[in-house]
Amino acid sequence: MTTDNVLIKVDNLCKSFGDTEVLKGINAEIDKGDVMVVIGASGSGKSTFLRCLNLLEEPTSGSIYFEGVDITDFSIDINIHRQKMGMVFQQFNLFPHMTVLRNLTLGPMKLLKQTKEEAEANAMRLLDRVGLADRANAYPSQLSGGQKQRIAIVRALAMNPDVMLFDEPTSALDPEMVGEVLEVMKQLARDGMTMVVVTHEMGFAREVGTDIVFVDEGVIVEQGPPSEFFENPKSPRLREFLSKVL
Amino acid sequence: MDFFESIAQSFTKTFITDDRWLQLLSGLGVTVLITLVAAAIGIVLGFLIAMVRSTYDMQLQGRKCMKPSDYVLKVLNFICNFYITVIRGTPVVIQLMIMYFIVFASSREGIVAAFLSFGMNSAAYVAEIVRSGIMSIDKGQFEASRSIGFNYRDTMLYIIIPQAFKNILPALGNEFIVLVKETSVAGYVALQDLTYVGNMIRSRTYEAFFPLITVALIYLIIVLILSFLLKKLERRLRNSDH
Ligand SMILES: Nc1ncnc2c1ncn2[C@@H]1O[C@H](COP(=O)(O)OP(=O)(O)OP(=O)(O)O)[C@@H](O)[C@H]1O
Ligand SMILES: [Mg+2]
Repeated sequence: MTTDNVLIKVDNLCKSFGDTEVLKGINAEIDKGDVMVVIGASGSGKSTFLRCLNLLEEPTSGSIYFEGVDITDFSIDINIHRQKMGMVFQQFNLFPHMTVLRNLTLGPMKLLKQTKEEAEANAMRLLDRVGLADRANAYPSQLSGGQKQRIAIVRALAMNPDVMLFDEPTSALDPEMVGEVLEVMKQLARDGMTMVVVTHEMGFAREVGTDIVFVDEGVIVEQGPPSEFFENPKSPRLREFLSKVL
Repeated sequence: MDFFESIAQSFTKTFITDDRWLQLLSGLGVTVLITLVAAAIGIVLGFLIAMVRSTYDMQLQGRKCMKPSDYVLKVLNFICNFYITVIRGTPVVIQLMIMYFIVFASSREGIVAAFLSFGMNSAAYVAEIVRSGIMSIDKGQFEASRSIGFNYRDTMLYIIIPQAFKNILPALGNEFIVLVKETSVAGYVALQDLTYVGNMIRSRTYEAFFPLITVALIYLIIVLILSFLLKKLERRLRNSDH
C-alpha cells in the first residue's frame, strides 16, 4: 500500500463530551476508492467518529489527515477541506426554503464560483442520474423520504467531493424506500467514489464494503474485508453483535 | 343648555379652537417619527446583539476559548447580556429620562434622546426574539450547510436567517406594536407627541372626554393597521412556505 493512495488517515482519535469518553483512540486509514462500512451497537460512537472526519465534532485529541493535510490543525481553513468531503445525514437536512435545484446549486455557485448555467446543468445531470430530474423545481416538503435522501446525496455530489460520508442514510426511511437509496449508493461505489458509511444494512456492507469496521465502546474492535469479517469474526463482541443483526 | 349643545361645544373646544386638530396631527407625526426611527435602530442593533449571542451559544458555550477571536466573542457576549439585562430590567421612561437629563444634559435634544432610548430599548427585545428564532432552527440545517463547506457567516446568511425570519415575524411585529404605545411617555422629555398633545388639550379646555378618547382611538387605529399589515405579510410568507 503506497501512502499516495491514502485519502484519510485517522491517528489516535479521541473525543469526549464533558466527562463522557466516546472515542478512545481510533486509528484508521481510508484509501482512495475504498468503501469503509462502520457498524456497531447504538451509542458505540459511530456517528461521532464519522462527524469527526469533517470536523463537525472537534476531536479532543488525535489527528485526522485528509489528502495529506492535518485538518485538526487550527491554522488551516476547514471550509476548503469540507468542500471535498460530502456528507449525508440520517435526517436528510435538505434546505426547506429552497427548491431542489437551488439546494444543489447553492454550494457550487457560492463556493466553487460556478456560473448559474454551469451549476444548473451539472445539477440536472446529477438529478437525472438518480431519476429525479422532474422534481427540480419542487420543494423538499413535497418529496418522499427516499427522494429527499437521493437529493441529499446528489447535493453533496454537486460539490464534486473526493469522499462521501454517510451517517445511517436509510435509518429514517420507510422500508420500501430503503432500496432506492442503497441503489444510488451502490452505483456511487461502482463508479469508484471513496465512501465511509455508518449503517445497519449488513447486505449493503457485504456487497459493496471493501473494509468493514466494528466499533464498540469507542474503539475499533475488529476490522477486515467483508468475506473474512462476516464469515470468520474473531472477537466475541463482534460475534454477539452479528448474531443479533444477521 | 341642552345635552347636544354641550357636546357640540366640547367638540369645538377640543378640535376647532386654536386649530387644535392640527396640534393633534402634529402630535401624531411626532409619535410616528419616534416609532419609525426607534424601530430602525431596534432592528439593526437588536440584530447585531442577536448575532453575537447566538454565535456565542453555538460556537463557544461550554467550551474553552482557543483562538484570540474566541476571547473577543466572549467579552462581546458578556456586554450584550449585561445590556439586555439592564434594559429589560428598568422602565423605559427612566431610560428616556436618563438619556435626556444626563447623557444629553448639555444639548437637551429631546427628539434624539427619544430616538436613541426607544431604539436601544427595542433592540434588547428584538435581540432576544431574533436569537430565539435562530436557535429554533434545526441543528441539522446548520450542519448540512457547514458540511458543504459554507463558513459560519454564509450559513447564517443563506440558510439560518431566511428560515428564522418566518418564525420570528409575529413576535417582531408584536414588539413594534408595543413600541408605538411605549412612545407615549415622550412628553417626559418635552416632546409634543400624541399623548402629550391630548393631555395638553385636556388641561387647557377642562374637557377630558374628547381629547383622551380621541388619542386612544388614534393609537388603536395605528395598532390595527400594523396588525393588518403584519397578518398580510405572514400570510404571504406562509403561502410560499414549503
Ligand atoms: N453532542 C453530544 N453531547 C453529549 N453526548 C453526546 C453528544 N453526541 C453524542 N453523545 C454521546 O456519545 C455516545 C456515542 O454517540 P454516537 O451518536 O456517536 O453513537 P452511535 O454509535 O452513532 O449510535 P446510534 O447507532 O444510536 O446512532 C452516546 O452515548 C451519546 O449519548
Ligand atoms: Mg449515530
